[in-house]
Amino acid sequence: MLLEVRNLSAHLMAGHGIVKAVDNISYDLDEGETLGIVGESGCGKTVSALSLLRLIPSPPLVVSSGRVLFQGQDLLELGDEELCSIRGNTMAMIFQEPMTSLNPVLSVGYQVMEPLMIHRGVSRTEAMRECIGLLKMARIPDAAARVHAYPHQFSGGMRQRVVIAMGLSCNPRLIIADEPTTALDVTIQAELLDLMKQLTLDHGTALILITHNLGVVARYADRVMVMYAGRVVEQARTLDLYRTPAHPYTRGLLESVPRLDQDLRQRLKPIEGQPPDLARLPGGCAFHPRCPLAMERCRNETPQLAPVGDAHEAACWLGGAA
Amino acid sequence: MRSPSGAWGTLLRHRIALAGMVLIGALVCMAAFAPLLAPCDPNEQDLYHVLEGPSKSHLLGTDDVGRDLLSRVIYGSRVTLAMGAASTIFSATIGVLLGLVAGYKGGVWDMAIMRLTDTFMCMPALVMALAIVAALGPGVTSVVISITVLAWTGFARIVRGQVMLVRELAYVEAARALGASGLRIMFRHLLPNVTAPIIVTVTLALGGNIMLESTVSFLGIGVQPPTPSWGSELRVGYSYLEVAPLFSIAPGLMITLAVLAFNFLGDGLRDALDPRLRAEGPGPG
Repeated sequence: MLLEVRNLSAHLMAGHGIVKAVDNISYDLDEGETLGIVGESGCGKTVSALSLLRLIPSPPLVVSSGRVLFQGQDLLELGDEELCSIRGNTMAMIFQEPMTSLNPVLSVGYQVMEPLMIHRGVSRTEAMRECIGLLKMARIPDAAARVHAYPHQFSGGMRQRVVIAMGLSCNPRLIIADEPTTALDVTIQAELLDLMKQLTLDHGTALILITHNLGVVARYADRVMVMYAGRVVEQARTLDLYRTPAHPYTRGLLESVPRLDQDLRQRLKPIEGQPPDLARLPGGCAFHPRCPLAMERCRNETPQLAPVGDAHEAACWLGGAA
Repeated sequence: MRSPSGAWGTLLRHRIALAGMVLIGALVCMAAFAPLLAPCDPNEQDLYHVLEGPSKSHLLGTDDVGRDLLSRVIYGSRVTLAMGAASTIFSATIGVLLGLVAGYKGGVWDMAIMRLTDTFMCMPALVMALAIVAALGPGVTSVVISITVLAWTGFARIVRGQVMLVRELAYVEAARALGASGLRIMFRHLLPNVTAPIIVTVTLALGGNIMLESTVSFLGIGVQPPTPSWGSELRVGYSYLEVAPLFSIAPGLMITLAVLAFNFLGDGLRDALDPRLRAEGPGPG
């Protein structure tokens, strides 16, 4: 097992109290596996990923409990220096904004070389050679000439290729990609996701793909974890999730996405209402105010993840019968 | 980020900044080639010709002990510019480092450094300069030290503010996610992003520091005779204002020109490096 997350909770100290941004989540990830984390904005997807590497400054974020075992090491117990030696080395992160995740005053070459120089201690010339290779691997045309260019001389798609090259530079075992293509147009999105998938397959790298796009997850993830209001509401292999969604929220998400095999006259069904304010969560199941199947029990008792099929868990009182 | 040629272009189209640059260039040449430019030895006295007006042998006349005024003004540029530059370099170094730490670390560091800055800022500059020079004894070194002690606060504040803006940006978080240490983030990622305001502040501080040096020397506790400096020239000349007006006008004019030149250039740089005027957009590719 490459990564084992156990009962991870992260709280944000907001002005008026504690916000449970991530509440008691657990999951596993094997070498080379791709896990998709889906959910609406503000449901804790990003915080759950950032807290693995303690990238959110503390305070305001406090990882209040849990364990994050990565290659047998508990990341939450590590000191700053040890953590720095993992970040970008064996676990890398790719951010959502290709327009802002590159430093405007440093050449793209330098930014790709930097992790190599930090973690491998290689010389500049050596790093430069590897950097050109990485940019080629990310299919940046004319890589040898473009290493000296600055981010503003690249288009959004090209920048994201650079960001991917940066993330892959030290050949990490796990890449966390946080909405890696959200800011790009659709054709480039598909191209870059294909590239990323191919590269992770080639290198046997595990991938955590954070997105709100169920189409992306269906195509690229082996397993899916659906989050709502800081909690995991359903976890399953991708195919199982799409064939037999067990949680009403998952079903709502799936019904709100257009499908090619569906009758054209049929209307999309959005999920009514807004995701709840994390500082004022409703009692019981956090989804009950929006749930078409809510029962009395849902208002008072919080359901826990329970198996509903083979490697398929859902946190709903209706279980698989929903 | 605009390419250097773009910022250069704006600067060169800025007439006042261009004038400032030309003036600064002239002053620097004057200081560098003083031995070639000066018609006489600036320290050679000629007690038979004191306080004379302009003549063929002495273009600006002579001072109270018969030294050639033009030569003294030319040599004076060396001392004045060197002291201005030295104190600016030292104060910029201190201020930038402290500002960087305060802005990046935040919390207690920020609190401590900013309160220290406030403390230094609320002291009246001239009184402080006089006190420091008085404590250390007059001379070039103590004037540079006193100006440095007074001038770093501006750098610290500006750098801290800029760093606080930049450190929240995604690429700083990305650098951290790739394993960059705090020091690397501060010097490799943050510092290059705040150079524009530092350059502007350095230019403006040069003018201010030359002014402060001249003031201290004018009060007689700065550069000591016979070393020529514009401030000390002005002070001696001031006593003979009615007999030999050029004696005080010449060094006074030089101080004014130098300070003006740096302020012009500083204003021009501020316009040229203004991020709001930067044309940002993806290039080809």
